[in-house]
Amino acid sequence: MNFKRFWAVFVSRNREFLRDRSTLTWNLLFPISLIAGFAVAFSGPGLALYKVGVLGDTSGGSGKAFLNTRHIQFIPITDLAAALPKVERHQLDMLVDLAGRRYWVNDESPKGYVLERVLRGSDVPATFDKQTVSGRAIRYVDWIAPGILAMNMMFSCLFGVGYVIVRYRKNGMLKRLKATPLTPLEFLSAQVISRLWLILATTALVFAGTDGVIGFPMHGSYLDLGIVFLVGAVSLISLGLIVAARTTSEEVAAGILNVLSWPMTFLSGVWFSLEGVHPVLQQCAQLAPLTHIIDAARAIMIDGAGLAAISGHLLALSAMSVGFMAVGVWLFRWE
Amino acid sequence: MTVLLETHNLIKYFRGVEAVNGIDLALPAGCCFGLLGPNGAGKTTTVELLEGIQEPTGGLIRYRGEPLGSRFRQDIGIMFQSTALQDYVTGRENLRMFASFYRRTLPLVELSEACALGEFLDRDTRKLSGGQRQRLLLAIALVNDPELIFLDEPTTGLDPQARRNFWELIHRIKARGKTILLTTHYMEEAYHLCDEIAIMDHGRIIAQGAPRELLAAHFDDVVLQLPLADFPDPAPPLTLTVMRSRDAVEILTRDVNAAIRELLAWNISLARLQIRPRTLEDLFLELTGQGLRA
Repeated sequence: MNFKRFWAVFVSRNREFLRDRSTLTWNLLFPISLIAGFAVAFSGPGLALYKVGVLGDTSGGSGKAFLNTRHIQFIPITDLAAALPKVERHQLDMLVDLAGRRYWVNDESPKGYVLERVLRGSDVPATFDKQTVSGRAIRYVDWIAPGILAMNMMFSCLFGVGYVIVRYRKNGMLKRLKATPLTPLEFLSAQVISRLWLILATTALVFAGTDGVIGFPMHGSYLDLGIVFLVGAVSLISLGLIVAARTTSEEVAAGILNVLSWPMTFLSGVWFSLEGVHPVLQQCAQLAPLTHIIDAARAIMIDGAGLAAISGHLLALSAMSVGFMAVGVWLFRWE
Repeated sequence: MTVLLETHNLIKYFRGVEAVNGIDLALPAGCCFGLLGPNGAGKTTTVELLEGIQEPTGGLIRYRGEPLGSRFRQDIGIMFQSTALQDYVTGRENLRMFASFYRRTLPLVELSEACALGEFLDRDTRKLSGGQRQRLLLAIALVNDPELIFLDEPTTGLDPQARRNFWELIHRIKARGKTILLTTHYMEEAYHLCDEIAIMDHGRIIAQGAPRELLAAHFDDVVLQLPLADFPDPAPPLTLTVMRSRDAVEILTRDVNAAIRELLAWNISLARLQIRPRTLEDLFLELTGQGLRA
């Protein structure tokens, strides 16, 4: 590995990206516009619907009338530990355990207060035990922002490396570089590192820009979030390298990248929680780096999780990075 | 004279197709060697094998008596027929990037002067004309002061003036004792620049030597050329070899005086007669056939 050669390609690639104003603008404006759009779209009163999580068995005697109340969505819950944070974040307005004769509401939630009055006025016994939680409401835009940041990063990683290398191969640039002392490792390292810092820089700018306008909750550490995005970007860039390793047509590369990116977008929980989807799809989602980036970023930003709590995601992303990178370098051909 | 690059029984097959079929070549140091051939003759594959871009199926390639290795990469310069340069990067930045790949490099000022880059050195490569682009690509090929330079159809697509300018640049490189391997479709270019040429067809070399020697070996006649309008129709029963093209008649003869006497005997006007020697193009067409190749 010759650092001088690596650095020359790295600098050149940076110049190409930074001077391409349209691409740069798109990379910055697209995610900001998307997040801002969601903030506006979901800033209103929303649907006049109450959400109640119903824990465990509902076949018992009491509470049937309450469960038949109109304009309330009752959501079956199996995991109490996972459901309670949703009450804290106002994603669930109430959680009831009919068999255990208890219920949870958020003290700061007006909907929780209304639902409590409805519950008390229905057929449940007065001995139902009230338990309270507290926590700030999580807006949809708060929940979706880490997903959009990660999704933007994914497109930038996959297309910014995969597509660009295929373009270099098609237009003869790689063939010309092959005829020099530059090695594939030097070339690929320069591409990866160049894209990595550019993505981290643009993601930081987008984060700061949207945070300044909309205001995100950030209960965790910025450093931890940076580590998640760093490891995540490496895994996605490495995935892009596999696509770019031998493909000679930009059209084929675009097709493959779309086949990878769009299912990942939908399965990784960018737009909606995966809790309701089929277990097989949930398992498939664990194979996608985007899932781990989003879950880890949300855990840090919304729940204030530390590195230990998201170590599983970091481990998965690191393993994927090593695997993808190894396959990409092994498959790579200049032509 | 020292042989810089040589091949022995060089073979390259692509899925059963014999692209290069047993080529023996020797490029003496300081020589400009032309590789000519119709489309599909195998010359691009041959050149890419010599450049180390492709691996041969069989045979040997030696640079200074050694297999192609890291020294070869440091010592060669290549100008492909079509190479894209990075967008949004200037000529100077491109040259600096390529220069960083090599241990030995020419000063930028010298390169710029040698390839006449001055006016557009700091211009975005997307905004270069065809001639400027070719000059920059030549400068990139020369950035490491190479011993051996591969020029693959370097003047294709250039206007006549730009082509002549480019020839001047190549003459200057030759004057510095560099070895050049040139492929071209322009026979005039090969005749003008090359000390030695090889004509390829069907993956083999079918003729090789100095251009003048090759012409002397294959032709001992000249061509009398008349506009078609000056030639009678129907044609008189001449004893000469007459070839018609769309707008001219060409008469091949070893004895110009006798041919002119015969034409005058048939009252054919010689007012617009032209006499030309045989050219590399004649040789090329005679050896490879006149049909178009895909």
